[in-house]
Amino acid sequence: MTRHVPALSRRAVLAYGIGAAGTAALIAGARPVRAQAPVTLVNVSYDPTRELYRAINDAFARHWREKTGQQVTIRTSHGGSGRQARSVIDGLDADVVTLALAGDIDAIAQHSRRLPADWQTRLPNNSSPYTSTIVFIVRKSNPKGVKDWSDLAKPGVGVVTPNPKTSGGARWNYLAAWAYELDRTQKNEEAAKLFVEAIYRNVSVLDTGARGSLTTFAQRNVGDVFISWENEAHLALKEFGEDKFEIVFPSLSILAEPPVAIVDQVVDRRGTRAVAQAYLDFLYTPEAQKIIAQNFYRPNRPEHADRVDLARFPQIRLVTIDGVFGGWSKAQNVHFSDGGVFDQIHRPGAASR
Amino acid sequence: MTALTLPSREWLRPKPSALPGFGLTLGFALSYLALIVLIPLAVLVWRASGLGLSGLWAVATTPRVRAALETSFYLSFAAALVNAVFGLVIAWILTRYRFPGRPLVDAMVDLPFALPTAVAGIALAAIYASNGWVGSIVEALTGLKIAFTPRGIFVALVFIGLPFVVRTVQPVLMDLDREVEEASATLGAGRLQTVLRVILPALVPAILTGFALAFARAVGEYGSVIFIAGNMPFISEIAPLLIIVQLEEFNYAGATAIATVMLSISFLSLLVINLIQSWSRRRFGDV
Amino acid sequence: MSEISNPTVASALSEPRWVRWSLILIGLAYLSLVVLLPLAAIFTEALRKGVGALHEVFADDATYSAIILTLTVAAITVPLNLVFGVAAAWAIAKFEFPGKSLLITFIDLPFSVSPVVSGLIFVLLFGAQGLFGPWLAANDIKIIFALPGIVLATTFVTLPFIARELIPLMQEQGTAEEEAALTLGASGLRAFITVTLPNIRWALLYGVLLCNARAMGEFGAVAVVSGHIRGLTNTMPLHVEILYNEYNFVGAFAVAALLALLALVTLGAKSLLEWRYGDALAGKGRH
Repeated sequence: MTRHVPALSRRAVLAYGIGAAGTAALIAGARPVRAQAPVTLVNVSYDPTRELYRAINDAFARHWREKTGQQVTIRTSHGGSGRQARSVIDGLDADVVTLALAGDIDAIAQHSRRLPADWQTRLPNNSSPYTSTIVFIVRKSNPKGVKDWSDLAKPGVGVVTPNPKTSGGARWNYLAAWAYELDRTQKNEEAAKLFVEAIYRNVSVLDTGARGSLTTFAQRNVGDVFISWENEAHLALKEFGEDKFEIVFPSLSILAEPPVAIVDQVVDRRGTRAVAQAYLDFLYTPEAQKIIAQNFYRPNRPEHADRVDLARFPQIRLVTIDGVFGGWSKAQNVHFSDGGVFDQIHRPGAASR
Repeated sequence: MTALTLPSREWLRPKPSALPGFGLTLGFALSYLALIVLIPLAVLVWRASGLGLSGLWAVATTPRVRAALETSFYLSFAAALVNAVFGLVIAWILTRYRFPGRPLVDAMVDLPFALPTAVAGIALAAIYASNGWVGSIVEALTGLKIAFTPRGIFVALVFIGLPFVVRTVQPVLMDLDREVEEASATLGAGRLQTVLRVILPALVPAILTGFALAFARAVGEYGSVIFIAGNMPFISEIAPLLIIVQLEEFNYAGATAIATVMLSISFLSLLVINLIQSWSRRRFGDV
Repeated sequence: MSEISNPTVASALSEPRWVRWSLILIGLAYLSLVVLLPLAAIFTEALRKGVGALHEVFADDATYSAIILTLTVAAITVPLNLVFGVAAAWAIAKFEFPGKSLLITFIDLPFSVSPVVSGLIFVLLFGAQGLFGPWLAANDIKIIFALPGIVLATTFVTLPFIARELIPLMQEQGTAEEEAALTLGASGLRAFITVTLPNIRWALLYGVLLCNARAMGEFGAVAVVSGHIRGLTNTMPLHVEILYNEYNFVGAFAVAALLALLALVTLGAKSLLEWRYGDALAGKGRH
């Protein structure tokens, strides 16, 4: 027996060696050298855009091959918008970023200088090829009779929304509620604060991201109303069943503009500026605008989208972040920074009901 | 067993051991440890030190941070305690008894190590939610919710901590000399006496190690907890989540500060338990 | 081992039948509640849409490259930590030196460091804004958001497993047998191979299997340094999260089930082997 054991461990070492060599060969084999070098783009995006960009990437690859004959592969990375921005700041080589809010791309510009501060002026519509807004998902036949933001603040209504500290989408949710009360009370900030506080008193689970939060609502059966991106609401109905949930459109909501940008430092070093620029420009073309509407985002140029898709976007009064809150950086500072309004809502006395 | 008859004092430092390889193995172990663990952690502390000691203290004593730290430490302690008891039972039945399916049970113990923490969190939340297999039963019987309350955090921490106790106790138990037990029995000791006076003292270091590791692991746990915790500030919010929150605000100083505080507290508790353990080893000897 | 003929001594060597079975029942009930149920939940979810749906998941290129990446990371990490574990355990268990408890505590440290922090420290070191960031960028060396970063974070997290498995056992065993071998003229290396290694083989195997399982399952730390690029820097646990977030629950749980299965099969095989040959080994090996 004493002789058996060293043999065993030697075999184990050998097995590892073969395994490692095999993988190395596989990796090397996966990158054949070709005459017309294919190009790869990395698109670092936020959570709800997975389905959208899967469709866009296919369409763009076809478009680019027809135009230039070059093969382009787009790799995507998805996650919470803030976390994705931080990864790019810390060195993740994204050719393009397509995030949930301008504030996150501002942060990249400010902290890493990988793109200029005026990035948002480089593409039409504040660099947002599509927009969305905030709506509610309720359980089938709306048992709690939720019609508008004011219903969310009533006692006994269970509200599900992620933590605005970790989720970009949740920040839009919060600001939309704030804007509603501000509008109703003719700009009474104190009333707005109490109103938002009342809504968060009805929240019993603060997930870190929008998708985890929706799973809590849909799969774990927590709460009566889920505050959601409009595009996610439609997708959720598709995924979890239209017989289980309904979408409720509030009387007023916020115009969410998820922006896109080229990361100059990366495209210049990798030599991918032309294709990256074409990729973002492609988002504004009729073909992409149609795909955008199909994936439940509101297109910039609705004339290119199918009428069936557009019928899903009812007219809601939409306010903008610039109009009500004076831009992202100000909203971020007042509401979501350390010790900001959101933290005050959750002071010990307020949290224990 | 001649070495054991030597009084332990004589073993302390000057007496050179007859065995070779001390310099080589210690040297390698230290350099490797420094490269992978110590230097990176030092950078963390160095980044946090930008705040100064008073700054660190200010971060650690924010009501929100303090509440989260208390939640993390209190629940981790409880979970480790439960695991110490049941982990010992499981290690015992695995090494001492034969029953059908034992190899499979043995393999199952390690599952919490192997499963990605996020998967564990998702699975646990599904089971212990109000509409889950266990959650629905518990709620019908007692009216208590498990998932999305601190009880949910406790469940997740118990899950991830289980293997630590079993796997530190098991090898020692397996290697324990039956002859000592036989001697004890021959000398007229009852079974309970033998277990309590002979076997348990020999296991104490391993149990303590397992407890300490389960505790320390639980304090820092993130992936499995966030899915089941509810994450409500002052109620079910854990300290690692606050680090993430700080990072989301690009506040590296704040994040490293909370991390450093957590690191120091768990380092100290580990150190204390390791000291107790080496003390008990010297006291009880190697059996 | 001597035959025990005295009946009272024999009874004092094992527990009464009822104690035995209640211990087994308690242990199994606890394990079922904590480990078996989550495992069952994972497999139930994975098989919800039948076996055909599984094919779709594993035919996906992204899943394939995630599996390859995970195996590569484990193949680099485990041998490194194996060498470290044996060296550290030898130095700690066979020799007395001041600061030993401190050293053990440092080895334990990665357990107690939150996975979030384990990733963060490498970002602080090698990130674009980190200590070596500018130098790495100037020389076009990629560490984080690439394979080296994932390997580093995984090595950090799994560093204690093998060492921690070996240390209590080797301490328990003392140095007598190795000293005897040396007295008989064996070289240090030979004493290690012929005396120490057989004594620690099961613990060593445990350690390697655990380290491997954890290396493949690590989520939190890797999530920070991976960058989550589909098909490029996604490990299996991260791929699980991605699938889950795409509402592809079947796919997510299928990959999770594969991870669990990998762990169960290796660990089960080990248990079986040990079970089959355990008795033969128990007779020899120890004394």
